[in-house]
This record gives sequence, structure tokens and C-alpha cells, in this order.
Amino acid sequence: MKYLHNIGTYFLMIKDMFRKPTKWSVLKTLILKDIDDLIIGSLGIVAFIAFFVGGVVAIQTSLNISNPLIPKYLVGFATRQSIILEFAPTFISIIMAGKVGSFITSSIGTMRVTEQIDALEVMGINAINYLVFPKFIALTLYPFVISIAMSLGILGGLVACVYGGYGTMDDYIDGVQNDFIAFHMAYAFIKTLVFAFILATIPSFYGYFMKGGALEVGKASTTSFVWTSVVIILLNFLLTSLLLG
Amino acid sequence: MIEVKDLHKSFGEAHILKGITTTFDKGKTNLIIGQSGSGKTVFLKCLLGLFEYEQGSISYDGKIFSNLSADERTELRSDIGMVFQGSALFDSMTIAENVMFPLRMFTKQSKSEMEDRVDFVLKRVNLDGAHHKMPSEASGGMQKRVAIARAIVNNPKYLFCDEPNSGLDPKTAIVIDNLIQEITDEYQITTVINSHDMNSVMEIGEKIVFLKDGHKEWEGSKDTIFRTDNKAVTNFVYSSELFKKVRRMYLEENQ
Repeated sequence: MKYLHNIGTYFLMIKDMFRKPTKWSVLKTLILKDIDDLIIGSLGIVAFIAFFVGGVVAIQTSLNISNPLIPKYLVGFATRQSIILEFAPTFISIIMAGKVGSFITSSIGTMRVTEQIDALEVMGINAINYLVFPKFIALTLYPFVISIAMSLGILGGLVACVYGGYGTMDDYIDGVQNDFIAFHMAYAFIKTLVFAFILATIPSFYGYFMKGGALEVGKASTTSFVWTSVVIILLNFLLTSLLLG
Repeated sequence: MIEVKDLHKSFGEAHILKGITTTFDKGKTNLIIGQSGSGKTVFLKCLLGLFEYEQGSISYDGKIFSNLSADERTELRSDIGMVFQGSALFDSMTIAENVMFPLRMFTKQSKSEMEDRVDFVLKRVNLDGAHHKMPSEASGGMQKRVAIARAIVNNPKYLFCDEPNSGLDPKTAIVIDNLIQEITDEYQITTVINSHDMNSVMEIGEKIVFLKDGHKEWEGSKDTIFRTDNKAVTNFVYSSELFKKVRRMYLEENQ
């Protein structure tokens, strides 16, 4: 029953997010601040993880190819497919659920605890639009982060492959270019946009509707991470079945 | 003026407000007092429109809040200033930005007009020169004054304060009390203060509403509270030896 109530409240929050918009001059500032916090602020960790995971995927693939009949370019091919189809859109989103999601829940939750949200409501401001909508708009730039993760993941694979002595640069690049299906990119970015919406709204929901004090802010952040991850994994399965199945 | 008629509010089985009827006058500091759990905060939140109530009515200068459309409620809310117990300043904004916030949201003033108004109200609350500080760099008393400045910057008709003196030393508390009273008188605002600070009651209680177990037990002023023989009020207000002495002296002097 509680889950049904939460789902209903979540969808009502989504409706309120688009209702009674905040004045543009104020909204613009909020969007730019959220782009800085959520997108620019995540580039470092995303780049670091993508580069090294790309390297690990290349090494693992190379080490698991013992059959001389399997072409050498398979390392580049497998790295590209793993990074573009799953690692960049899905697993970076799980990482972002931890980084960005916790930040959103704790910042909105702290505003709730310190009565800042009450202050907005007393002034007659649609607090949900004021707090959540700019985050949703900022995260429409999330595909930009994922495209950087894709590029650096493939680059990481190249560096690991060539400098680790697992293959030549020509073989790797050949593999990356081999049998490229443009729709896979579209699939990855459709997933990314859906996950961006989830990353903006579920953590906001747990922050906005939290009750209690400082301890509950921590608990809300944890719950928000768990549910954001669960929803991302379920939607990943659903979207993959629909788009590639 | 705010008129409250037969206000009832429950949370599930718990009946919190049990038919409160009172008025809060324009240009006066109206205090709601009572023990913890007496329903003060719920009453204040009903007055602010943050809680829906089951029965009764609240009218602001004749406009019944529950009958207003969403747009009319928004318009009314732009006439309300609120000082929260914990100040509720936006911690990502400087003091000047906090005070400017209602102007940015609700007026079409130019930046220089808004800055002039912010300068004026910050001077009015004796915070000239604190514009660029962050709320976290300000003391509790300063934060309260910033909250008052933010509440009055848009010339509200109604000012609500929830425990404005909580966490302040006695001297700063008196400064805040006097500031609220001066502003109320100067701008003819209807001010409603939720308090259990007896100094405030004696200093600025031009009208006092005493709540007990969710109903209005007594109402009067800082003058009549000395003479009341209502047991619940005297037990609450004169619970300390100091205030018992003050009352005795007052009654002896004014016999």
C-alpha cells in the first residue's frame, strides 16, 4: 500500500513540476547552477571511471581470446560494443545515481528540514517547479556526459591494448570501426535520456517528501540511491527488450 | 485584520484544533501562546495556508482563504511575510540575495530598484554592510534579522513569526521583539507571533491568544494578563518565581 502511495505521489510531483512555472529570470540562474553542479561537476569522475573501465574491458577481452581463429580486431569490437551499449549509458547512470542522486536528495532534504521549502510555499512559489524542474532541464545535457564516457572508454581500451602489448593500434581501430550499427548509438542515447529523467526526479522525490531531521536526510539519500538504481536497471531491461529485442 | 471562525484541524484520529475563534488586528502584535503540544504551530500553519483544515474559516481582510482560487491564493501569499523559527534562509544565497528573493519572484522592478530596496530594509534591521555574507557566516540574531528583512521587503500586509526568539540570548531577543513591534506599527502590518517566551508576552503582547489542548482558553493583552484569574493562564505564564514576583508587584502598584 505504501509503495502504491509513493508511486502516486511521485506522478503527482511530475505533474506539479510542469505547473505554475517559476519566473524565467530566476529559473535561468537555477538551471545554470544545476548544470554546473550536476553535469560539469560529474565530468571528472565519469571520465576517470570510463577511461579505466574501457582499459579493463580491452584487457579482459584480449586475455579471454585464446583461439587463433578469432580475429585480433575483436578486442576493439567487443570494447566498443560493451562501452556503447551498456557501460556508458547504464553503469555510468548507476554511478551518477550515487553521486548526483545523493546530492539532489540531500540538498532538497536539507531544505525541507531547515524549513526553506516551507518558506518557498508560504511565498506562493511552486516549490516543486522551483527545485525539480531546473534539475530536469540541466540533466537533458546528460547525453553529453555519456558521449564523453563512450569516447574515453574506447580510448582507454586502445591505450590499454596497445601499451599493454595485447594488440596493435590498427587491429583495435579496425575492430572499433567493424560492423558499426548506427541504431546502437540511438538506442544508447534513448536510454540515456530516460535515465536522465529518472536521475532528476526520483532523488528529488525522496528529498522533497522526506520527514524528520538530519539523520533522515542520510536515510533518504540511501533510499533514493537504491530506488534510482532499481528503476534504472528495470528500465534498461524494458528498453533493451523493446528497442533491440 | 485576520478573522478565524470555529477552526478545526485533525491528523487522523488526533483532533488538534478544536473550534478556535479569534481575530488578529491590523497594526498590532498578536501573540499566540501556549504549552508545547497545545496546537500553536498547527494553528500558525493553518493561518499560512500550509495545512488544510476540516471545518471553520480564516479570512484575510474579508477574503475567506478556502474560497480563493489558486491564483488568488498566490496573490494573497505575496502579501504575507514569514519569519521561521530557524530563520529558513536560503543557504546557497548571500544575505542580500535572500532579502532580494521575494522582489525577484514577485515584482518587475529593475535590478537597481531592487538593490535600493534591499539596502533600505537591511539598514532598517541594522544589518547595513552584511550584504555579501552567507547565512552560515551570520550569528543567530543576524539570521533572524535577515529573515525579518526578507519578510518585510515586499511590503507585506501580514507578518507571521514562529518563535522568533528561540535560540537567542535575552538581549538579542529583546532587540528582535522591539524590531518586530516597530515594523508592525510603522507599516501597519497585521503581525501574528507564535511564542512561548514570557518576555515577549510582557513586552509586545498587544493581543494575546492562549491555547490549551487545541482550544482558545483565554485572550487579552499584556496588561490584562496580569489581572486574569484563569488558572491555566496563570500556571503557564507565572510558572517561574520571577514572573510570580513581577505579577505581585504589578498588582500591588496598580491596586
